[in-house]
Amino acid sequence: MDFSTIHSVFTVAVLVIFVGIVLWAYDSRSKARFDAAARIPLDDDDAPPASATPGKEKNNA
Amino acid sequence: MATNETYNYTVVRQFAIMTIVWGIVGMLVGVFIAAQLAWPALNFDLPWLTFGRLRPLHTNAVIFAFGGCALFATSYYVVQRTCHVRLISDRLAAFTFWGWQLVIVLAAVTLPLGITQSKEYAELEWPVDLLIAVVWISYAIVFFGTIVKRKVQHIYVANWFFGAYIITIAMLHIFNNAVVPVTLLKSYSAYAGVQDAMVQWWYGHNAVGFFLTAAFLGMMYYFIPKQAGRPVYSYRLSIVHFWALIFTYIWAGPHHLHYSALPGWTQSLGMVMSVILLAPSWGGMINGIMTLSGAWHKLRTDPVMRLMIVSVSFYGMSTFEGPMMSIRTVNALSHYTDWTIGHVHSGALGWVALVTMGCMYYLIPRLFGRELYSLKLVELHFWTSTIGIVLYIASMWVSGIMQGLMWRAVNDDGTLTYSFIETVEAMHPFYVIRFLGGALFLAGMLVMTYNLWRTIAGAKPVEAPVLAPSMAH
Repeated sequence: MDFSTIHSVFTVAVLVIFVGIVLWAYDSRSKARFDAAARIPLDDDDAPPASATPGKEKNNA
Repeated sequence: MATNETYNYTVVRQFAIMTIVWGIVGMLVGVFIAAQLAWPALNFDLPWLTFGRLRPLHTNAVIFAFGGCALFATSYYVVQRTCHVRLISDRLAAFTFWGWQLVIVLAAVTLPLGITQSKEYAELEWPVDLLIAVVWISYAIVFFGTIVKRKVQHIYVANWFFGAYIITIAMLHIFNNAVVPVTLLKSYSAYAGVQDAMVQWWYGHNAVGFFLTAAFLGMMYYFIPKQAGRPVYSYRLSIVHFWALIFTYIWAGPHHLHYSALPGWTQSLGMVMSVILLAPSWGGMINGIMTLSGAWHKLRTDPVMRLMIVSVSFYGMSTFEGPMMSIRTVNALSHYTDWTIGHVHSGALGWVALVTMGCMYYLIPRLFGRELYSLKLVELHFWTSTIGIVLYIASMWVSGIMQGLMWRAVNDDGTLTYSFIETVEAMHPFYVIRFLGGALFLAGMLVMTYNLWRTIAGAKPVEAPVLAPSMAH
């Protein structure tokens, strides 16, 4: 196999893999799993202690 | 459900503080060289203060010192919090901090002395390049080692973007800096002629794509949902966004070499792939901005949120402009003009710097256990910086397009209408406006520094306990 054949095969393979990823991501069976994954940062509480600087206006930064 | 283990916030704090220090230094050099272009006498006839030497100092300082420290800080924070484990090695993490600072100091010494490989964004000579490679591989070990020992099965999308950036930058850096050393401070590229140019822009554009884009998208995917208190708009879109970006970006480099000795088909490939890049870029932008859907009022009430969302809007704007400029016929007008500088800064100031500043407002209060000193000052910072960016990019658009049109104007007999010095003279007022825009942006940075200084003054560093992951994951 010469280089251009290898390159052609590679290009088609990458396209097929990408289409596969899109189908997998949007497959309705994986919806619940990805919804849970999206909550990973939010289920982790890293709020700064509000009491540390008394008298300051309350903010949600 | 806390365990006795704590997160390694020390290294995050160190990098976060140096982000601000190097940000001020890098932007100050930028404002100074902008003033030099408007008033050339400012080089004081000293070789180490000339534009040619200070410009790489500016780019290296803002990209690798300011941006780099911000990425170390945020990636170390995000990987620990989303994996629910401490970094795999405190010593190696500390080594990446001190090693990276040494690289920056060496850059600050060698570049003004004129020691350079003459490759844009890869100016540093081979001994510094070796140090970068060692630090970067240590970074990869710390980051991926932490991922390996994670307590959560799923690897959150922000970590995918950070991971891709770490791997790709290692590959780009090592291949583009393959050189034959002649002396301690002088080397020659391992590649010749147009191959050297192609390797350089494969590196150069992917430094934009992976250092200044993928990694900062990692920031976006963690800090925007956190600041908004809502999950990312579409997690599925974030997966497609990731792979589309990875598969496409790596091909876009040849658009830097239009009308050069590079084969025509390679130029066309680079152009086509650059135009295709619009799709993943805008997919990601929509995903970031739409995270606020149902909570748009936060843009009014929370200036930190506004900084982040405006940064993503600038990302959308510059990733529309970029593909357009990569089209060969547009490039014929824009290349070598100030339009390119305007484009770079709408990405660098508007996207990279603003999202970094938003993340620092989020991160620093948490690292020191204090509430942010003043939201009013964040508001002031936001407006100062935004007006600065608008002045900067608008003046460069006008200057650049005018420059391009003047260069290509010909008389009926085929001679050039304008001499080069006439185009330089026409650019002068826009260079003054650009200087003012840059100075305003730096002023915003100083407001942020004061605000964060007041936030952490007298505060004790936080030792945050490692939390057990929620059962849902």
